[in-house]
Amino acid sequence: MALYSEKVMDHFTNPRNVGKIEDADGIGEVGNAKCGDIMKIYLKIENDIITDVKFNTFGCGSAIASSSMATELIKGKPVSEALELTNKAVAEALDGLPAHKMHCSVLAEEAIRAAVKDYYDKNGIAYDESQFPEPHNEEEEHDFAEEE
Amino acid sequence: MNKVIYADNAATTAMSDKAIGAMLPYLKEVYGNPSSLYSAGQVAKEALEEARAKIAKYLNAEPREIYFTSGGSEADNQALRSLALNGERKGKKHIISTAFEHHAVLHVLKKLEKEGFEVTYLDVHENGLVTAEQVEKAIRPDTAFVTVMYANNEVGTIQPVREIGEVCKRFNVPFHTDAVQAVGHIPVDVKADNIDLLSLSAHKFHGPKGVGALYCRRGIPLVTLIEGGAQESGRRAGTENVGGIVSMSVALGEACENMSANTEKLIKLRDKLIDGLTKIPHSKLNGDRNARLPSNVNISFEGVEGESLILDLNQRGICVSSGSACTTASLEPSHVLLALGLPHEVAHGSLRLSLSEYNTEEEIDYILGEVPKVIEIWRERSPFWEDLTTGKRKHFI
Repeated sequence: MALYSEKVMDHFTNPRNVGKIEDADGIGEVGNAKCGDIMKIYLKIENDIITDVKFNTFGCGSAIASSSMATELIKGKPVSEALELTNKAVAEALDGLPAHKMHCSVLAEEAIRAAVKDYYDKNGIAYDESQFPEPHNEEEEHDFAEEE
Repeated sequence: MNKVIYADNAATTAMSDKAIGAMLPYLKEVYGNPSSLYSAGQVAKEALEEARAKIAKYLNAEPREIYFTSGGSEADNQALRSLALNGERKGKKHIISTAFEHHAVLHVLKKLEKEGFEVTYLDVHENGLVTAEQVEKAIRPDTAFVTVMYANNEVGTIQPVREIGEVCKRFNVPFHTDAVQAVGHIPVDVKADNIDLLSLSAHKFHGPKGVGALYCRRGIPLVTLIEGGAQESGRRAGTENVGGIVSMSVALGEACENMSANTEKLIKLRDKLIDGLTKIPHSKLNGDRNARLPSNVNISFEGVEGESLILDLNQRGICVSSGSACTTASLEPSHVLLALGLPHEVAHGSLRLSLSEYNTEEEIDYILGEVPKVIEIWRERSPFWEDLTTGKRKHFI
């Protein structure tokens, strides 16, 4: 079996919603260059609906595919629904990811949440802090992986 | 161009027609066990010993100094385990090596450290080279052995093995070299190079996978990793892979006889690739430009991630590899590129192209046309590249 599913390869080869939104209402960036992946999500929001979404990602095949799929899953949806998107849902929609690539789907979930938080902050919209846990510290995870 | 361009010959090579042809009789007619006394066995035994003599000849060794193994990794493991035990018996538990050895060496060294050995990992510098002076300075009265690879598998740098071997000889310290990337590609002479033990692997020079050899100078005791029958002078049990071994000897003969012609061709192709690819802005050749395998190109491109480059190039029919973390399960980028001092974020964006004499100039031109396009596409999509171009982050290259 190949490393990636056909769906992952499809989203890698033809990534949906790739690019930037110059007048975005919310921007979220997670990951870091040292670990080899950075994901940046741009949201356009009107009446609490995500009317447009774009992404730019520095990362491997599964990071690109996760970004692409995550943007597809939240496009046209209410902000509250986007906040409920889990990394598992992203991975499942891609017909699965290899175990050591699951963190890419986590990044996608976190990038979207960071973009929504940015939108709330910019517009003075009150929210519950517990909705926005700190993103994973990837470097710590990597150190752990290296130990193995 | 519809056909696949294979530029990952440091990973493995296509078998040559002669190597395939040499193997076939031992899979069909001559299937006897070399340990059997009837003719079918003895014919196989003769073929085995002919192959041993041939391999010995090309390394300038004695036939009885060649032990067949399952490949380079086994040869490395057996060499290091043997030298460690020999040292320990004399109360010597210090080892000298480098930070960018193949994992078949590094992981054995890590285990030996856990078993009470102390290992000095020599700095390989920005150019990917150690010096004989470094080895000399590191030698202590309790140094059990030195192991330094002949040519690096990722950046292709050729170490000054002869000088290192000379230092080891002077201090009476056994010297092992992992020559998996060198044998069949550049001249290797165990006597002139002062090598005591050497590992090689057939599938790196158009031979079959699963076959290799360990050269061990007469008089140096070897430990067995695999117990059983008395094959390989009792140092490696198991019925010999006769077809594979014969095929390896033929492939090595072919590689050595054609070495100068191949080298001339490869250097031309390699340099064309290096010159073309380093024209891409913010790119950098990794490893010394001159002390370099004729087949190796390793370049970092800032702002992009290696795995996405590999996948994209694959769709364009080009097979290459990367020092990116994402090609492994560890999430850490290549230990070789880190040892050369590259920051993690730059190591992630590296490509290795390793050629063979089967590559053509037309293929190199196609690669030179496609890689810049791929880099441009992925930089355009990279927030890391955006940070570099807007000055939010500083360029390293």
